[in-house]
Amino acid sequence: MFTPEPGATIAVAMSGGLDSSTVAALLARDGYRVVGMTMQLWNQRRLPELAHDEGTGRCCSLDDVYDARHVAEQIGIPYYVVNFEKQFEERVVVPFVNDYLAGRTPIPCTLCNNFIKFDQFLEMADAVEAHTIATGHYARVTYNSATDRYELRKAVDESKDQTYFLFGLTQTQLSRSWFPLGETNKNEVRAIARELQLAVAEKPESYEICFVPNNDYAAFLKAYLKDKGREMERHTGDIVNTEGRTIGQHAGVHHFTVGQRKGIGIAAPDPLYVIATDPAAQTVTVGANEQLLSSRLIARQINWVSWGGLTHPARANVRIRNRHIPAPATLTPLADGNVEVRFDEPQRAITPGQAAVFYADDLVLGGGWIA
Amino acid sequence: MPHFYFDHNATTPVSPAVLASMNECLAEVYGNASSIHHFGQAAKQRLETARRQVAAVLHCQPKEVVFTSGGTESDNLAILGSVRHSGRAAKHVITSSIEHPAVLNTCTQLEREGVDVTYLPVSATGTVDPDDVRRAIRSDTVLVTIMHANNEIGTVQPLAEISKMTRESGVVFHSDGVQAPGRLDLDMRSAGVDLYSVSAHKFYGPKGIGALFVRDRTPVSAISFGGHHERERRPGTENVPGAVALGTAAASLGEIPTANLRDRLEAGILLTVPDAYVNASRSERLANTTNICFRGIEGEALVIALDLKGYAVSSGSACSSGAVEPSHVLLAIGLSAEDARSSIRFSLGRRNTAEQVDGLIEAVAESVTHLRRIAPQTSHSGRPVYVHA
Repeated sequence: MFTPEPGATIAVAMSGGLDSSTVAALLARDGYRVVGMTMQLWNQRRLPELAHDEGTGRCCSLDDVYDARHVAEQIGIPYYVVNFEKQFEERVVVPFVNDYLAGRTPIPCTLCNNFIKFDQFLEMADAVEAHTIATGHYARVTYNSATDRYELRKAVDESKDQTYFLFGLTQTQLSRSWFPLGETNKNEVRAIARELQLAVAEKPESYEICFVPNNDYAAFLKAYLKDKGREMERHTGDIVNTEGRTIGQHAGVHHFTVGQRKGIGIAAPDPLYVIATDPAAQTVTVGANEQLLSSRLIARQINWVSWGGLTHPARANVRIRNRHIPAPATLTPLADGNVEVRFDEPQRAITPGQAAVFYADDLVLGGGWIA
Repeated sequence: MPHFYFDHNATTPVSPAVLASMNECLAEVYGNASSIHHFGQAAKQRLETARRQVAAVLHCQPKEVVFTSGGTESDNLAILGSVRHSGRAAKHVITSSIEHPAVLNTCTQLEREGVDVTYLPVSATGTVDPDDVRRAIRSDTVLVTIMHANNEIGTVQPLAEISKMTRESGVVFHSDGVQAPGRLDLDMRSAGVDLYSVSAHKFYGPKGIGALFVRDRTPVSAISFGGHHERERRPGTENVPGAVALGTAAASLGEIPTANLRDRLEAGILLTVPDAYVNASRSERLANTTNICFRGIEGEALVIALDLKGYAVSSGSACSSGAVEPSHVLLAIGLSAEDARSSIRFSLGRRNTAEQVDGLIEAVAESVTHLRRIAPQTSHSGRPVYVHA
């Protein structure tokens, strides 16, 4: 774990949550010159028809800015709110919407990390002459002098590990990032926050995607497109079984994701699951649980975060969604730069639009997007 | 680290004289100015002394001064109060495209109430053409509201000329004068305005107190409801300590400062920083204000960088800081959105010194050089792009 020089200026990305607040407090306590900044990414008042429960501490709510500012005051650091709403919409929200409309299940957090948190925010860090940024992510960065590369590694507390969302970072980004919580676990973090009497010490965790209230993607899509003066195109379509026979109707493919069981609305002797969606044909294919199993995927737009790359087939453990336990597989580089992943055992619900992230023990080799 | 303040158009520090008068009033004078007894009379006396002090500065009659909670309320009372008072079926209001949000958003509210609003353009120096006002006036026009001096670029509008048009047509003329006291001559008669807003905290008074000049017999309906205070135009127990502070601030305005320090700052920056230019520079403008575009940098980043060096400045107006949109004022005078985002407002005040100005010039030069050096390295630098098409 690399550690900046004592007294160095560190820009801390403060969301107003427990983790990043604790990071700011720890670094300030340890004598770093900490500049706290909250990224204003999305205006929650913009889509008024999405009823918000203001009390839930959603990202970028005024409550979170209030909390971050309060912590900054407690620990005595300069604090600023920086506005990246425009960039966030272009680089995160629009691709998110387009992915859903194209029948994929996107991960906006990864795009946000690649293009906002470790890009726009790094630029703001440059503005305050901070070489290093620190965030509340649970992950670790090490330096390998043999390969002269920075390496992304899982957090010590694997239950909190967030490397799945960080595989897209570049060497430059890694070299300037510090994840002080990567060596701790959540209980320790809360204990530290309590000990330091931080205002957010008892704040609950948030699990949803920050700009989508109640994880209701379909409602968000509808409201966003309406805001843009677009209507959802042709909502309804057929629900078909794996033999291609129509067995029901649906209200839009964007309501469905691979592996989903709830909300299909068809009575069947055995539970039905979404096997695939086809936005072009407006069909949703459903079938039995075992039909979700698959041994192979193609990962596109590969980033070898810690590695030089892949020239021959190699073994790795591959994670196909955030809480999935990485499964043993063989990676084969393809001529077009994509990677074929063949799992030793079939995996359930390989979902287009999610990431496939490759691990060797705790080392993140790289990853790509599931085609 | 010492901190130096160059953001006086956002607000000013409370002067020692104002602080003393307000303290004394808070400590000694607690009666309700509407009460009949000794305590009430003492409060009423202070209130009316303050009113006379404000009237003296505005060159108007004391009864033409209505105390409010500040600039925003004065603007609301002037605009909503005069337009709603008019009994006509169809109403039209004329304003400019560079007004403060307190005026613009009040006009938006009027539009929701069915009033037609014309937003006049301004020249590249930020000036409203009085002929545009004349041409815009219609038979159903009930109000013209044009600010006196702009908060972002400092441009001063030709109120006397505009008021000729409004008087000829019998239209009520309001001006948001929040930036003017201490920086411009104030004469309600020669300016020809019917309504004029001021706010104490822009001239070394406290926040939360302001006034609206209402020319005698200009009809204004109350916009909030309660007792009979302020000649039935603004209900609520009078804020006597605030009014006393406003009166003291008005009485201590003194001479209008010269542009020497501002010019020193402007010249120093233009000399040391390449590719910087003054927005609306050739206009008639406030002597304390300069708004400078530093091509290619993010204004927000420069404000933060300067703050960390101990210099407080602003990008756009304080009200729009944190908002996504580039300044509507800078766009209105013809800047591109990019240049508007690269612009910084410096606004000087009583306590600024030549040494502070020189230090600021140096800090600006350093920060701009730094920001320009890093900008191409960190953005769009040929990084692998993972667009999730």
